[in-house]
Amino acid sequence: MSVLVFADSSEGKFKKTAFEVVSYGKKVAEQLGTNVVALTINSGDASELYNYGAEKVVEVKNDLKSFNAKGYAAIIKQASEAQGADTVIIDSSVNGLTVAPLVAVSLEAGYASNVVDLPSSTSPFVVKRKAFSNKGFNNTEITTTKRVIGVAKNSYGAHENAVSGSTENFDASLPELGVSSVEINKASGKVTIADADVVVSAGRGLKGPENWGMVEELAEVLGAATACSKPVSDLGWRPHSEHVGQTGKPVASNLYIAIGISGAIQHLAGVNASKVKVVINNDPEAPFFKAADYGIVGDAFEVVPQLIEKLKAFKQA
Amino acid sequence: MKILVCISHVPDTTSKINFTENDTKFDTNGVQFVINPYDEFSLTRAMWFKEKQGASVTVVNVGGTETEPTLRKALAIGADDAIRVNAEPTDGFLVAKELAEVVKNGGYDLVLAGKESADYNGQMVPGMLASLLEYDFVNGCVGIEVEGSNVTLKREIDGGEEKVTSTLPMVVAGQKGIVEEKDLRIPNMRGIMMARKKPLSVVEASGVSASTSTKTFEKPAPKGDVKLVDNVDDLINLLHNEAKAI
Repeated sequence: MSVLVFADSSEGKFKKTAFEVVSYGKKVAEQLGTNVVALTINSGDASELYNYGAEKVVEVKNDLKSFNAKGYAAIIKQASEAQGADTVIIDSSVNGLTVAPLVAVSLEAGYASNVVDLPSSTSPFVVKRKAFSNKGFNNTEITTTKRVIGVAKNSYGAHENAVSGSTENFDASLPELGVSSVEINKASGKVTIADADVVVSAGRGLKGPENWGMVEELAEVLGAATACSKPVSDLGWRPHSEHVGQTGKPVASNLYIAIGISGAIQHLAGVNASKVKVVINNDPEAPFFKAADYGIVGDAFEVVPQLIEKLKAFKQA
Repeated sequence: MKILVCISHVPDTTSKINFTENDTKFDTNGVQFVINPYDEFSLTRAMWFKEKQGASVTVVNVGGTETEPTLRKALAIGADDAIRVNAEPTDGFLVAKELAEVVKNGGYDLVLAGKESADYNGQMVPGMLASLLEYDFVNGCVGIEVEGSNVTLKREIDGGEEKVTSTLPMVVAGQKGIVEEKDLRIPNMRGIMMARKKPLSVVEASGVSASTSTKTFEKPAPKGDVKLVDNVDDLINLLHNEAKAI
């Protein structure tokens, strides 16, 4: 029985999470003593996946212009059956989280989402999952013979592991699609919070929307996405799409820089999956310092411009 | 239109998370339980359909008697009636199966849920429920309008939004944006009084078996103290050489 990995793409380009799940799938296949097969749907050059250990790629090319839950679920099910897969691995992008439960039901597979590490055992099959807004983990046994694993973003990570691979076409039949796409609105050319390695976030400490220039400049220097706290989006200083925290967008970046954010529990619940957290705040009692790795107690209006200048010099060096 | 809103009964966000019985159980001692914050957005949108379009709103939870105060709170916010499926919600699949029975028996047109629960954060149940019922499914919904059986929705995607159309019956997992936070309802005294008289029926579980089981819980490794620096040079140095984050 093989391991099937769904490598998701957007506008023909693989998502960062695609490389993470292929890396993960390769290791799980080794643990199970089997091979890994990556599935792509209307992606670009599939050979990119060879760099992460995919010896075999099956490509679906069809008329689906964008993601469709029923359509993608049907393709993943058919591919897993054609490849004799008993383990299906899916990322935690918005699409992955939408399609994985449908795949699990159609394959009668047990499904574990938010998985942060390789299985601690394959018989019984036990995976570690994050829960309670990153305040705990649960070790879950999947008791069915087939299984779907949803890998949490930026947890196992992408690991280069070049193999010589091959790609073949796969024809899947599509069901009634039901939901149809009318239009897609995406900010072009901006780093998204979901994909960003670095997120620069600011709060009410910045006093007003007119002061966001330095946040955007810092983000630009770092190639980062910009984000904000809930009060800032509630006040209309920044768009809702930038609100991170519980009920806003979750952040699981390598580096999270919080400027003038006190660190309410609801905010921390949404961002504490980030690996390294830096806090800049003039209040030494701000609760965020307790959750941070590095901190500067100081006035953001002095610290941030200095940080921008020094980072520019650092990047050029 | 008959709307069913799925309600999870979850620890308040400020709760301390602890485990008992050799880390095999979540410690509910001293924990305040609330309506799952993600479900509140969907419930509030359901109330809008009730008030503007004459929809009926039923709320449902899969859980023991301890979840009834949470269902009563949803009734106080304005739902018409409540159903509790008497089963221990040990995994997402079991919950989805039990909910599918409720939907089939009740003939609901629109099933609303939150996109995840604030306890296990699984994002599993709404999609599984849709798949079991073979209904259309929209996840991460940030806007929904219904006209007759035609539904227009907005869903969040990585880096933006997508507008989609579908038809009833369907399952929708909502989040902030389906209504704004400022529009969330808090039960008032009249609502609380009325909720006491509203029907809350208990349905016995259909006896589905789960497909996963939690073996043990763990807490994250304790975090070291924050390193405070007083200048940006030191910060850049630490981020580069120690944290390897830049």
